[in-house]
Amino acid sequence: MDYLLTDEQKMIQELARKIAEEKIKPVAAKYDQSEEFPWEIMEILAKADLFGIFVPQEYGGTSGGVLDLCIATEELSRACGGIAVCYAASALGTFPIMLFGNEEQKKKYLPDLASGKKIAGFGITEPEAGSDASAIKTAAKREGDYYVLNGLKHFITNGGDAQIYTVIVMTDKTKGARGASAFVVEKGTPGFTFGKKEEKLGIRASSTRELIFTDCKIPKENLLSKEGMGFIVTMKTFDMSRPGVAAQALGIAQGALDVAVKYAKERQQFGKSISSFQGIQWMLADMATQIEAARALVYSCAREIDVGCKDVGKDSAMAKMFASDVAMKVTTDAVQILGGYGYMKDYPAEKYMRDAKITQIYEGTNQIQRNIIALQLIKEMAK
Amino acid sequence: MAIKILLEKCTGCTLCVKACPFDAIRIMDKEGPPAGRQAVIDLNKCNLCGACVPACKFKAILLEKPQVLTGAKPDLKDYKGVWVFAEQKKGKVQPVVYELLGKARELAASLGADVSAVLLGEYLEEEIQELIWRGADKVYVVETRELANFQDEPYTNILVELIKKYKPEIVLCGATSIGRSLISRVAVKLRVGLTADCTGLDIDPERKILLQTRPAFGGNIMATIISPNYRPQMATVRHKVFPETQSDMKRKGKIIRENFDGPFLVSRSKLLDIVDEIESTVNLAEADIIVSGGRGMAGPENFKILEGLAKALGAAVGASRAAVDSDWIPYSHQVGQTGRTVSPKIYIACGISGQIQHLVGMQSSKIIVAINKDPDAPIFKVATYGIVGDLFEIIPALTKKFKEVLKR
Amino acid sequence: MNIIVCIKQVPETTEVKINPETNTLIREGVKSIINPFDAYAIEEGVRLKEKFGAKATVITMGPPQAEAVLREAISLGIDDGILLSDRAFAGSDTWATSYALSAAIKKIGAFDLIVCGKQASDGDTAQVGPGISAHLDIPAVTYVKKIEEINPVRNTKAIIGEDKISNGVKDNFARVERMTEAGYEIIEVSLPALITVVKEINTPRLPSLKGMMRAKQAKIIHWKASDIEVELNFVGLAGSPTQVVKIFTPAPRVGGQMLKGETQEIVDRLVGLLKSDIP
Repeated sequence: MDYLLTDEQKMIQELARKIAEEKIKPVAAKYDQSEEFPWEIMEILAKADLFGIFVPQEYGGTSGGVLDLCIATEELSRACGGIAVCYAASALGTFPIMLFGNEEQKKKYLPDLASGKKIAGFGITEPEAGSDASAIKTAAKREGDYYVLNGLKHFITNGGDAQIYTVIVMTDKTKGARGASAFVVEKGTPGFTFGKKEEKLGIRASSTRELIFTDCKIPKENLLSKEGMGFIVTMKTFDMSRPGVAAQALGIAQGALDVAVKYAKERQQFGKSISSFQGIQWMLADMATQIEAARALVYSCAREIDVGCKDVGKDSAMAKMFASDVAMKVTTDAVQILGGYGYMKDYPAEKYMRDAKITQIYEGTNQIQRNIIALQLIKEMAK
Repeated sequence: MAIKILLEKCTGCTLCVKACPFDAIRIMDKEGPPAGRQAVIDLNKCNLCGACVPACKFKAILLEKPQVLTGAKPDLKDYKGVWVFAEQKKGKVQPVVYELLGKARELAASLGADVSAVLLGEYLEEEIQELIWRGADKVYVVETRELANFQDEPYTNILVELIKKYKPEIVLCGATSIGRSLISRVAVKLRVGLTADCTGLDIDPERKILLQTRPAFGGNIMATIISPNYRPQMATVRHKVFPETQSDMKRKGKIIRENFDGPFLVSRSKLLDIVDEIESTVNLAEADIIVSGGRGMAGPENFKILEGLAKALGAAVGASRAAVDSDWIPYSHQVGQTGRTVSPKIYIACGISGQIQHLVGMQSSKIIVAINKDPDAPIFKVATYGIVGDLFEIIPALTKKFKEVLKR
Repeated sequence: MNIIVCIKQVPETTEVKINPETNTLIREGVKSIINPFDAYAIEEGVRLKEKFGAKATVITMGPPQAEAVLREAISLGIDDGILLSDRAFAGSDTWATSYALSAAIKKIGAFDLIVCGKQASDGDTAQVGPGISAHLDIPAVTYVKKIEEINPVRNTKAIIGEDKISNGVKDNFARVERMTEAGYEIIEVSLPALITVVKEINTPRLPSLKGMMRAKQAKIIHWKASDIEVELNFVGLAGSPTQVVKIFTPAPRVGGQMLKGETQEIVDRLVGLLKSDIP
């Protein structure tokens, strides 16, 4: 299907695909096994200018948009969902600065993030504040020219490996969600440490750690926007990044389908390749169709954001939910098509299935996405 | 100069389409009456190679090759004899030279001409004699300190001068790293044709010209090339394609010494050092037997097992790109498209799957033995003898058996 | 410092397949790529450019669509691309090709180093690189696997001892390692010079997005035969000393026998089969 991509977007697709094929595929299983952070790949992506594709040119990027980021994330995920999320999570940590930073903050942080010299992370989730962001406990207390942070964020992607973090903490607990504020915290700041690295089912190349703040003093200049804007910063950031998770799911699904089709053509049973059996053919047809439908949804949603449509919440929730559900279904079917081999770690199918699962969970579980969609629907009907 | 399709003869039969190695011919509807199909040549793709002309049964393709020669056409008849450039390293004539001398004798016999060797270097007395014993009727010798080691410029200057003076009709040279560099320069300076890396050489019985056959596209196609209007006709020849001649101590020959000095010996490059890397005494290009390892070797330490077999056989050790890229063995051992092209008598591929890039570098070997645990590995499609099994079990057993049988 | 990289567009040979029925090449849909060996030449050119702030120009001779490989080279960091394209060049053999390229290089002007891949993957001749150096009458070193040192600055006698000058190597020089059958040689060569490079010299980078954007915008210089000083009698099919008289497909190698059984059994049989062929 032709998605009428711009020349720049086609270049991003070609470049990301090349890197995925030549550099990521050969090491995907290795990182899945070792759970090391894939610095070598991050360097390659940095040299290829891919970290800055959504950042304005004046800050060292190439002034693309959310669709550009989705295209890159999809292609990288096709080879390894874990490595791709290290890349996408840096974008997630960069968005708040890009959207809400003042000129000084943008000048200070964006060029290094756009060039990939530094990578970013985003911290909102806490042990007792997952889908319910208003339950955040980590607090920032103003002391003169500083804020002092105390508390703990957990399950933070790129945690410990990223150099720049945007975190959402409470500046006024009495105001609930309206008392949250967004801050930039740099790795190495005294009082800012990391917890143990989580062992995960999938996306194992990515690192997930706790961010621990113990009387961590940061300059007041690190506040993004104003006090109390934390919830807005988060919502706007997720609006931008949610299609990225959808694109990650899409890429994982496509990668699994690629594996399944190749295997079906090669695998001989009863004297024929199994791709000649209708049972397999129908599975492949369904997988491909679902992926294409997901892609149409993801790209359309990304385009809406890029042209500045308001109220994209429902559409981006639909894209994230649908693409991740498709990814789970398609990767499970891919394992089925590979049969016994699909279940073995020597073959890539099972990894896609493990990597797919998280896309139904993070950046708002698919249950939360359904809430968003339904609430918006009802709201529209009430008009 | 042009190529064209004669519309009245073309039937649109597609024979030329199949013959074209450049995918430059398409069959299309004829313009205007009578209705029918015709071949159309895409001139941007066409290389004027002429492969389509004999393929056409209807003589519908016309390739005009005007014979343009500037200045006085050299009198081709003045050129006589077959020359072999006797490449030496550290004063030792390289084995490929003896392979060429054998072929040169055959060619010279068809032409009724002499075979000469050209030897440049220093302290070469024994080698001169050996060249005669191995088939040279004459040996042209230039001995001076500056020529001890190969240097592009003085070697080029001297060889050009000797050719101008003695006018051989054919000059052959090994397709070695030295030979390919040197002869390219010589051919340009003499404005003559040069065919690289030949695997077949013959004399056209009627025209008495050299027919040079060489592989292209990594051995996927073969081309026969001539240079009828220029002398000498020059070719570099692959190692191990022709058998070495044996030494016949009764043979007699003439030694012609030439002296060069001054401007002929000036070189704008200087050899500072020669570093021999390959530990085994046998180098890949000249080996009769190569034992080669790939991804299936599973690690650098396991190449010792291959070295053991190589030692028992007097073989060289090769490797696939996968093994070299994993840093298990230096690049100088790599066989294949981005490494060396080899054609030994026996090539033993151990744990090499047989990607096309590897096959093009070794498929002209006389006997290929493949040992691999994957029965579907493409290497078995070209192997003379295939063994599906664990190479860590088979190779040591093979080494032991060869040692017994060969008593080495 | 000026660097010139010569490249060629070739069909992706790994995709060239033989039609088993007609025994002919299937070239339809085969991608055209930069000659794999030239990728190392481009990378070396770009590295020298980055190190010395040099200008790197890439040149190719071929049909109009060869512009694609020039743009690819620019996406990898090369500054300018020149396409030498004319029907008059069609059918050129290595003599005529190196002649035309050397004439174009003369038109580019002063240069310090020409870098070529060791050979092209379609023709495999390895003759054009050294041929260019002969036409330009500059020294050449083939099969270079490493540039140990390069000093492009003239008149810096303080750096170089008298010895080198008296041996013909000038003060602007390169010291390189040249791969041989048994190892390598260390050679010092005066600049300007031509080198052909092997795979071991570097690991080519991937393009960058900004490079690709620049490549898309880049203006490729087109030269025809009339734009450079060449004698038309020395180019194209008519100007080529060699002629292809026949192209054929070798009989594809077919697999032989599979040896089966216990390890010792197999080994005994194989040794028996090979024994007479071992010198």
